[in-house]
Parts: sequence; C-alpha cells; structure tokens
Amino acid sequence: MSKFVTLNGNQTIGEAARQIDPDVIAAYPITPSTAIVETIAKFKADGLISGEFVCPESEHSAMSLCIGAASAGGRVMTATASQGLALMWEMLYIAAGLRLPIVAAIANRSLSAPINIHGDHSDTMGARDSGWIQIYSENCQEAYDNFIQAFRIAEHLDVRTPVLVGLDGFIISHSMEVIQVEDDAEVKKFIGEYKSLYPLLDSKVKMTVGPIDFTDYYFEHKRNQLEGIENAPQVIEEVGKEFGKKFGREYGFFEGYRLDDAELCIVAMSSAAGTCKDAIDELRSEGKRVGLLKPRIFRPFPHQRISEALIKMKAVAVLDRSSSPGAFGAPLFTEIRSALYDYEERPKITNYVYGLGGRDIKIEHFKEVTDDLEKIAETGKVEKVYSYINLRE
Amino acid sequence: MKKESWKELTLGTINLDAGNSVKNLTGTWRSGKKPQFIEERCIQCFFCWLYCPHFAIEVDGDKVRGINYDYCTGCGICSVECPTKEKAIVMVKEEVKLFEERAK
Ligand code: SF4
Ligand code: SF4
Repeated sequence: MSKFVTLNGNQTIGEAARQIDPDVIAAYPITPSTAIVETIAKFKADGLISGEFVCPESEHSAMSLCIGAASAGGRVMTATASQGLALMWEMLYIAAGLRLPIVAAIANRSLSAPINIHGDHSDTMGARDSGWIQIYSENCQEAYDNFIQAFRIAEHLDVRTPVLVGLDGFIISHSMEVIQVEDDAEVKKFIGEYKSLYPLLDSKVKMTVGPIDFTDYYFEHKRNQLEGIENAPQVIEEVGKEFGKKFGREYGFFEGYRLDDAELCIVAMSSAAGTCKDAIDELRSEGKRVGLLKPRIFRPFPHQRISEALIKMKAVAVLDRSSSPGAFGAPLFTEIRSALYDYEERPKITNYVYGLGGRDIKIEHFKEVTDDLEKIAETGKVEKVYSYINLRE
Repeated sequence: MKKESWKELTLGTINLDAGNSVKNLTGTWRSGKKPQFIEERCIQCFFCWLYCPHFAIEVDGDKVRGINYDYCTGCGICSVECPTKEKAIVMVKEEVKLFEERAK
C-alpha cells in the first residue's frame, strides 16, 4: 500500500534509496544534499539498507568509488551538490564514457565564488556535456518519482548511461511536503533486477575496462558512447508511462500548464514552475493567454517535442536559473532557440536569468515577464534578448 | 590490422580481447633512434631487462640476447641503465618512417 508521508526533498531521496537498496552507496556530505547522506546513514545503522554504504574522503573519491563499484557489477548511487559535483567533474565523464548506469541525486546549488549555499542550476548545467542524462524536479514528489525512474532509465540495456536527478537546493531539499510514498515491494518490482553486462568481478571473463585510446580509436569510442543517450528518449517515455500506470503519476519530457490555448509561453524548470503556475492562474483570470512549459528532461534535450509545443506561440520567455558566461544566452535558452531554428514560422523568443544563489522569484516577476511577452507579441520585436529578473540594477 | 567501426565496439570501452597488446606494435613509435646490443661487452646483469618499460629485451634461457624491435620504442632507458664502462647497449640512428608505413 502506498502511504502519504510528510518529508522534505532530501528525505524523499533517502526514502527512495532505502526502497531501492542499491548494492553500493558512496557519498560525501555537502549542503544542501547532506541530509540525503544522513538519512541513508541512519537507515544503514538501523539495518534497513543491506547494500554497502561508504563515506569516502571527498566527492571525487565518492564518484570514483561509484565507478569502481558499478564496473564490478553493482547497482550504485550517490548524492551531492554544487562544489561537490564540481569536484566529481573528471569522474563524471569517466562514468559516462564507461556507460555505467550510476544514479546521482543533486540538490542543485550555486557555484563559488562568491560562496553561497542556496539553490540554482549552475552545478548541473556545468555538467551538461559530461554525458549524463539530466532530470529536473519541481517538488518533493517529483524528486521521489524521478529518482525511482532514474534507475530504470539508466539501467535499460539500450541506454546504460548515468542519470542525475536535480532537486532545487533548500527550496525542495529542505521543504516539507506531503508526498505519496509507494509500497517497498512495488518499488522494487518496478525497478526490477539489475544485471551488469561486463562485471569486473566475473573472473571467467578476461577484459580491460577503460583502456587507453589514441587517435585511432578514441573517436569511435566516443561515437559509440553517444548511442546510450540517443536511445534514452524512447526509454524515458516508456518508463514515464509505466510509472503512471503503476503509481498514477505519469511523466513525459516536459509538463505543459494551460498551454493548449496559450499564445504566450513561459519556459521554466524545477521549483520555479510551481510559482509560475500560480502566476498563470492569476494572469488567466485577467484574460491573458499565457501558459507554462516546464522541461523535465534536459539531457538528452527533447528538442523536437519542445519545439512542437512552442511553435504556435506568439512569444516565448525562457527562464534560466544559471548563466553561461560569454555564451549567447543561458543554457536552456540556447537549446530552445537552436531547436526552433529549423521551423520557418517560429515564435519570438527572449531569455531571462533568475534566481542565482537562491534569489527569490515571485508571482509578480512572472507577471512582469508576461507584460514583456505581450509587448513582444504586439510589436513583433524583441528589444532585449537577454535580461535578469529581480536583480538590483 | 583492421580497425573496427564505432558500431562494432563493445559498449563502455570494454575490451574483451584479452592480451591484445601483443598486436600493438609499439616499435612503430620509434622516431630516429634505436638501441643496439653489443654482446661482447655485456656482463649479463639484466638491468636493461628490468628497466625496459616495454619488455623488449630478448632473453634466451638465462642470457640477454638482444632487442625485440617490434616493441622497442627507442626510449633509451636500457642504454642509460647499462652499467658497463663501455655500454653494452648504445643508441644508434635509424631512418624515420611514416607511422602508416611502420604499422604495415
Ligand atoms: S630503448 Fe627503451 S623500449 Fe627499447 S629496449 Fe631499450 S628500454 Fe626497452
Ligand atoms: S644492462 Fe647492459 S650489461 Fe646488463 S644485461 Fe643489459 S646489456 Fe648486458
């Protein structure tokens, strides 16, 4: 039987980890993901987790450990945030290159300098080319649901690629919410058995993992690696549907909120989407035809699905919770604008950076964005392609 | 040696062809110098054999007999380590061939 429980985002990940009970969990605590590791440590101490729980001396070691354990043939997970993910950097690429289906929960947090412990997407956006699949969550329930699905997606034979699940630091990681926790046995049944293809601990098979490639093979291996993430969309869709059938909450590449008859669209990921929905309800009551598109999957980027949903709009505002210094727009914006390029008729599009270092985004800000969108739709002109929300000028 | 396309490679860079470094002729890396073994100066100390990073010192029974040029990269370590007053391994010039030609 599923039950309703009051948990914060970190505890929901810990709860899912207990239910999944991976063979190895290796993690190093860092704000705001510390409580994930704490929750798991307590479960382990109480005998509720049978897998190995290892506390190494750094995040770099944590990811290295995950790579070793996954190569050995185990189901493996970790959790981190911000500088912790940054310290894992080189190992992230290795996990993806070796096609190890490691799952990581990331309590999204800003990157130093200056030091800040609050939520934004700088950490995972920085890892966007590391080869990991990226899923973002709006609230605790989604974090829980996404984390369970992540194992199915990562371990699917056509994919075999690591997956990270983002939950906004503090806004989700530390906010209590009533969530529906599914039955232990049902969760286990849903994720199923994991079987490594080439476990290093299989002494009957002689092999090399992570060999050196020169100019003659590196390119082929990198192309071979792409297959996993390119096969992911179909699997993500299947798993999202199956999850819906089994637990009643279906997932796709993105969520549309009052999008069908919208002329203006705000694109926003993660927790900001919740506030945006309230703003849209108010704006709708004022007669403004505005909707929300909330991407759930950022890697592989669902360019076609998102373009199809946006193509009918008059104006689109893409809100990014990270910046990409020197780039022509922030990460989500550059993806979407690039995806729309192939369509002859496409909406006008503008980019806002918001919420860096946990800066609040409120209903009034979404209203300001909508005012801008109305002006753009009216004049057909984007005066400012790139601007900031709630920043002191 | 035929090289596989990306589609033929095993997932995750796994190499199941155990011992395939035999096929990797590291001797093709030599670029202008190769060691020459001078048997009459050799005191059979085996330093060269111990230090060679490519196991390219050829041993026949309990005697060093020469160099396997299929794997010798020409790094020169054997010559440096050789302790005899007049070196029993000296580095000599050799013609540099294109990589493709050497790999044939
Ligand atoms: S030159 Fe280097 S590789 Fe060649 S035999 Fe001497 S030590 Fe070995
Ligand atoms: S190091 Fe010199 S003397 Fe010693 S075995 Fe090798 S060639 Fe002979």
